[in-house]
Amino acid sequence: MGVNIVVCIKQTFDTEAKIVLDNNGQIDPNGVNMIINPYDEFAIEEGIRLKEKFGGEVTVVSLGGSRTQEALRTALAMGADKAILVSDAALDRVDEWTVAEVLTKVVSGLAYDLILAGRIAIDDGSSQVAVRLAENLGIPSVSSVLKIEVNEGEATVMREIDGGTELIAVNLPCLLTAQKGLNEPRYPSVAGIMKAKKKELKSLTLQDLNMNAEDLVAKMQIARYSLPTPRQGGRKVPGDAAAAARELARLLREEAKVL
Amino acid sequence: MIFDLTEDHLMMRKMVRDFAEKECRAGAEERDETEEFPREIWNKLAELGLAGISFPEEYGGVGADYIAYAIAVEELSRVDASVGVTLSAHASLCVNPIYKFGTEAQKTKFLPPLCTGEKIGAFGLTEPLAGSDASGTRTTVVRDGDGYIINGSKIFITNAKEADTYVITAQMDRNKGNKGISAFILEKGMPGFTFGKKEKKMGIRSSATYELVFDNVRVPKENLLGEEGQGFKIAMVTLDYGRIGIAAQALGIAQGAYEAALKYAKERVQFGQPIAKFQINQFKLADMATQIEAARLLVYQACYYADQHRPVGKYSAMAKMFASDIAMWVTTEAVQMFGGYGYTREYPVERMMRDAKITQIYEGTNEIQRVVISGNILKE
Repeated sequence: MGVNIVVCIKQTFDTEAKIVLDNNGQIDPNGVNMIINPYDEFAIEEGIRLKEKFGGEVTVVSLGGSRTQEALRTALAMGADKAILVSDAALDRVDEWTVAEVLTKVVSGLAYDLILAGRIAIDDGSSQVAVRLAENLGIPSVSSVLKIEVNEGEATVMREIDGGTELIAVNLPCLLTAQKGLNEPRYPSVAGIMKAKKKELKSLTLQDLNMNAEDLVAKMQIARYSLPTPRQGGRKVPGDAAAAARELARLLREEAKVL
Repeated sequence: MIFDLTEDHLMMRKMVRDFAEKECRAGAEERDETEEFPREIWNKLAELGLAGISFPEEYGGVGADYIAYAIAVEELSRVDASVGVTLSAHASLCVNPIYKFGTEAQKTKFLPPLCTGEKIGAFGLTEPLAGSDASGTRTTVVRDGDGYIINGSKIFITNAKEADTYVITAQMDRNKGNKGISAFILEKGMPGFTFGKKEKKMGIRSSATYELVFDNVRVPKENLLGEEGQGFKIAMVTLDYGRIGIAAQALGIAQGAYEAALKYAKERVQFGQPIAKFQINQFKLADMATQIEAARLLVYQACYYADQHRPVGKYSAMAKMFASDIAMWVTTEAVQMFGGYGYTREYPVERMMRDAKITQIYEGTNEIQRVVISGNILKE
């Protein structure tokens, strides 16, 4: 049996990037190193592993500006077969609803048994797009997956829950979101990198998808971004160990009010 | 003239940098301390295709170019120069001469396991009396039936003992000087081929460096590389290309030390402000960054000539000489900027400074590079 897999990915800031707001109060992407959202990397890796095991095809899909091509190329270099980028000036300001609407349109046109995505994007951390997509497509979804076994027509997945795990049998097609621990993503090999540019990377506009920007106006408006207050310096509690510990406990209770 | 790297090169740099950060960084200090060869790292980098990165697919390589190779050595050396030189010595000094001078049978036999990294390669030219001057070669070879018998020893051999395949030189007729030297492919385990003492080095301490000992080693004639008497030429051509690897290694060391110094200068507070606010440090950082950029252009230029199959000797010598000199300078200044902490093993710049020194010495001392460069200039 072959398993056709669609992996939805997002390009995010590098985890070490310094967030700066521009004059208009927007997050400034200039000069920032971009990466594939680490949770989406788990999804890509899992997709490739399932393909290697069962055959089939892995298609990576993303929405973003032209720089997003880098992320898709990297996924192709890792071993994905095809990539689709939806890039349109009208999609400059989007929310989770908009992205899910667009992805629904793209994915509906593909043959899939399984849709994979990261459980959360490390930038806005909303964890919404993938589950909205499943809802729109009318297929079941399981979040925070740590293990996936695919059998004929169904998948058995282990997901993380508070303080333990849950084993779920789910019919295909379905959507699963990857949690850290699902796998260890591979580095793209040199040969993979060289082959990636020969693989198909389709770039689509809203027009190509028969969609109108007016129908996709974000339902959520971001009023303002603000940076976290800078960390205050630490405080030393002097004195011998026993007295210092007593003083520390007092400070934690009376000043910090955490005890 | 276009200074941008291709999309492939950028992706390779990202991949190798990522690999070096995640797989090499954490253990670098300990390997430096214990002198343990980075075998596990080698196996992983081989899986990614780095062992045969610039060699054709038909011989097990991945068919990338010299720039890709230099980027790989540079990025590995940025984090751990011992890993960088392991790859450089393997690819430049063993795989390359076999690829360039080997018969089809030799290439088919020896290259695939080397290019996939299943086997590691090494190169033996240096002897106690033959350093810069190869004509001092005392390792002898005599014809014996349909093969040869080799006797003697080689010193300071990078990757020795860990490597499986060795390209070595031996003197057939001392009266002929350099023209009496021949090159051979040896394999670990050949009767009489053993390893002598392990060198205790100042830097690149987890790179393996041993003496090779040949005691009546019988080598079949199929293992003669090139023709009899061609060994010196093979060695010189090998080094012409090999210097690209050392130049890239030096460049990586310099880059690593510069980044560490830059980060430290922004964080370290003295006299109430980060030391990066002091002009003397600003100027040092400016000089470091400029020298590194200049070295990088020389290294990639040498790669470009190699990829274009144009004469590379002058350019690789310039790149090696310049990159190693600035690596020594940048690492020394980085240690200085770290002050007392820089002199301790708590920070990597101390190791980088020790690692940098060898790049001015091996694969031709920088004095010999000047001989190579001036020789080329005066011939033009």
